Amino acid sequence: MTTVQRIRVLIAKPGLDGHDRGAKVLALALRDAGIEVIYTGLRQQPEQIAAAAIQEDVDVVGLSCLSGAHNVLFPRVVELLKEQGAEDVLVVGGGTIPEHDIPGLQANGVQALFGPGSSIADIVDYIREHAPQRS
Amino acid sequence: MPVELVEKMLTGDQRALARLVSAVERQSAEVPEIMQHVTPLLGRAYCVGITGPPGAGKSTLTDRLIAHARQQGETVGIIAVDPTSPFSGGAILGDRIRMQQHYLDAGVYIRSMASRGHHGGLSHAAKGVIKLLDAFGKDLILVETVGVGQTELDVVAAADTTVLILVPESGDAIQTIKAGIMEIADLFVINKADRDGAERLQRDLQMMLHVRHASDGWCPPVLSTQAHQDLGIVELYEAITTHRRKLSETGQLTTRRRQNRRQELLDLLQQQLLAALTAQFENGETHSGLLAQVEEGTVDPYTAVQQMLVESGGLWR
Repeated sequence: MTTVQRIRVLIAKPGLDGHDRGAKVLALALRDAGIEVIYTGLRQQPEQIAAAAIQEDVDVVGLSCLSGAHNVLFPRVVELLKEQGAEDVLVVGGGTIPEHDIPGLQANGVQALFGPGSSIADIVDYIREHAPQRS
Repeated sequence: MPVELVEKMLTGDQRALARLVSAVERQSAEVPEIMQHVTPLLGRAYCVGITGPPGAGKSTLTDRLIAHARQQGETVGIIAVDPTSPFSGGAILGDRIRMQQHYLDAGVYIRSMASRGHHGGLSHAAKGVIKLLDAFGKDLILVETVGVGQTELDVVAAADTTVLILVPESGDAIQTIKAGIMEIADLFVINKADRDGAERLQRDLQMMLHVRHASDGWCPPVLSTQAHQDLGIVELYEAITTHRRKLSETGQLTTRRRQNRRQELLDLLQQQLLAALTAQFENGETHSGLLAQVEEGTVDPYTAVQQMLVESGGLWR
């Protein structure tokens, strides 16, 4: 049989802000790069995001947060994925993330952060290069 | 390895199920082994196909059907297919957005799938994934197709009951007489039934369906719903149950499933044989001179195909 590999990415909006323009723009760019993107909608609890990531067996979870609650919400998603045996999933984040929050988030398993001014092409490249290889 | 994963799935592990779905989706070499372990467990789930044009409300109706089935104590598996971009091969899968209320319900498993170049409204892997959900122990499996036109009929050969969702804008009586999905749906639903034209469409559909001679003794009902307001959902669920009972009592369920398995074999054979022959051909392992002659225009493609099939183990008849 011929095997078909495709990167699958979950784009999720944890927390209470209602702005998903950036998430949608990124979703389209990922689609145009040949990636399958699952978008779960606004105002998600970390528990809902982790459950969706498990059921969809995604390679990457991209979190977008503009409410300022990223320091709580992003690491919580990483923790829940770990608890459910999905520690191999790459977790990245974006939104209004101040520079000084980045080291702390990375230490908590959010492997890359893309704040204001990030280029879409850089994000797509990062995901392509770092998505885990699954057998 | 696949055996362990199947065993883990059978203990109720959603992550193992998700990994197996991915294996089927990427057409892994392990699929036959997975299916050998799963096949003895099949046939318990009931599979309902949900199809209709884009924007008719398939996802929202599916969401409400899940809620009602859960109230009846049924566990539910959902396959939601969205189109793959023919240009990039990527996809945006957004059906889940309408089903958020079920994310944390352990009795509900939702899987979004991209059509991956398949044109029948589902993806190649959908039937394999239905098997996994059945073996996993789901009572009800809902398969939501991509938004379809008139002839994307894959779902009929995958589901036990097929529901066609329309909206009042879907067309007048002339449109409804056209061929394709209208001929084979088991249930018709007019969603967004508060809009103008709903009653007229319902009348037209009913008239058309009564004229059509029901050879299997089933005249498809035409229901109206407003999924957003949760109206008509109980009636739809009951109509599915009635159809299911009727198929069981008359033995048509067995016949349908036999036909579907046969079709699945033929589809898979066609797909794999084509892939194998094309790969050989394009890699220049066989018939390389022939390709050049066809490109030159000195040999016609009909003769070339005949020769290729003869040389590939006497496949020409």
